[in-house]
Amino acid sequence: MALIETRGLTAAYGDFQALFGVDIAVGTGETIAIIGANGAGKTTLMRSISGVIANEPASILYRNEPIGGLPAPDILARGIAMVPEGRKLFPSLSVEENLLIGRYGRTVDGPWTLDSIFGLFPILKERRSNPSTALSGGQQQMVAIGRALMSNPDVLLCDEISLGLAPVVVRDIYAAFPRIRETGASIVIVEQDIAQALKVADRVYCMMEGRVTLSGRADDLSRDDIHKAYFGTDHHELA
Amino acid sequence: MNWLDTILQGVLLGGLYALFAAGLSLVFGIMRLVNLAHGDLIVLAAFLILVLATTLGINPFVAAVIAMPLMFAIGWALQYFLLNRTLGKDILPPLLVTFGLSIVIQNGLLESFSADSRRVFAGRLESASVNLGPVTAGIMPLMTFFSAVAVIVCLNQLIYRTSVGRAFRATSDDPVTAGLMGIRPQRIFAMATGLAMVVVTIAALYLGTRANFDPTSGPSRLIYAFEAVIIGGLGSLWGTLAGGIILGVAQTVGAAMNPEWQILAGHLAFLAVLLFKPRGLFPRAVD
Repeated sequence: MALIETRGLTAAYGDFQALFGVDIAVGTGETIAIIGANGAGKTTLMRSISGVIANEPASILYRNEPIGGLPAPDILARGIAMVPEGRKLFPSLSVEENLLIGRYGRTVDGPWTLDSIFGLFPILKERRSNPSTALSGGQQQMVAIGRALMSNPDVLLCDEISLGLAPVVVRDIYAAFPRIRETGASIVIVEQDIAQALKVADRVYCMMEGRVTLSGRADDLSRDDIHKAYFGTDHHELA
Repeated sequence: MNWLDTILQGVLLGGLYALFAAGLSLVFGIMRLVNLAHGDLIVLAAFLILVLATTLGINPFVAAVIAMPLMFAIGWALQYFLLNRTLGKDILPPLLVTFGLSIVIQNGLLESFSADSRRVFAGRLESASVNLGPVTAGIMPLMTFFSAVAVIVCLNQLIYRTSVGRAFRATSDDPVTAGLMGIRPQRIFAMATGLAMVVVTIAALYLGTRANFDPTSGPSRLIYAFEAVIIGGLGSLWGTLAGGIILGVAQTVGAAMNPEWQILAGHLAFLAVLLFKPRGLFPRAVD
């Protein structure tokens, strides 16, 4: 049985429709990746699940409960935490305070505490008193991931965590994911870097123009299939 | 004239202005809301203290302690049910609504209490004083000043040392992302306005015992509060205290030179700060 499921999920910003009936499912302990070009609707999907955007209640199910209409704090309280696109750290808060605020709306005992986050990303311990704005992009991303983990979520949503980061930094950040998986949490990763996505995920959904165009086990998908689903054409030139 | 005395009296008066302004500064710092009814809410709290003190026959300080939770509830409800609906990208709706609220409060008080000016009696404390070497300070002005310092220390502790304070700052930075942390910005805003009304009650206690007030006294308190906040720099509570002190000293020095210049001197000091430091002395807010 799926932990999270979307059923015919639609979403729009005013007149602009961003999602046209998206069906995805995430099992317990599973890591899935959602790939697709800019404007495919990946971030809208994340914002819908996390409650930033209100949707038809029954279009998103969590443990078979309709949660599509709930606001973000209620979603977090149920155990779904998000690492938002662009990190979105709080500039008025220090690194440590940014981590601590992650458990404001959900204080659940579990594997993640301030100490275990510092164990996962040791650099953050050194910089715990710095304002979050004084950190490098990669360190900021570590804070954003740590902040989401502080609520000990059952589902971790990660929106474009490699955006704007150097490949070596991206590798460091993804190196933390096996340890997050070990805790039994389900992970949803939105990623534009297809190779990275295939490496970390059990299953992959590819989106284009607000629809899922391809899905399957990461090992089963051929590069050609992905290219076709990603760009929507058989004839493509590599950009 | 005795300069030392004049300046001391000005500093102590500055404490009162800082109390007027601290609530305004707190609310602006957290939700970028300029509450034009702030002065009238101070006067409302003064009437509340007056009513409690006279009907229950109690000391005004005890009355103020009773008034604090009531004013917190009023502030909470005001924010949650009314002002939250006005917050958004456009800065005009909150200004219009609080301006209207100011008129409603003034006329409500006029209907209930008539236009007579009132005051709160604090007994012998009003005229008690203490000798500090070459100068003499009234006990009430001293209490006013130290209350202002205590209020600002407490608010700073709350904002920088507690979990609620973290939520205040996070919500001020980015309400949408704060929601992802389980913070409900609407409730955070309501709590902030409730707290501001507790500070307003303290300000009202000293306003009511120091001078007369009537239902239309609010707007002039608002001006002093505004000036203190702007001089100090938006979003900085210690700056607000400094702003209050500068305003108070300017007024007493002006009055010492010529009694007609008291109010004018305060406004001139305000303009001078704006001229040389348009963002105030200790600005914190980025926008």
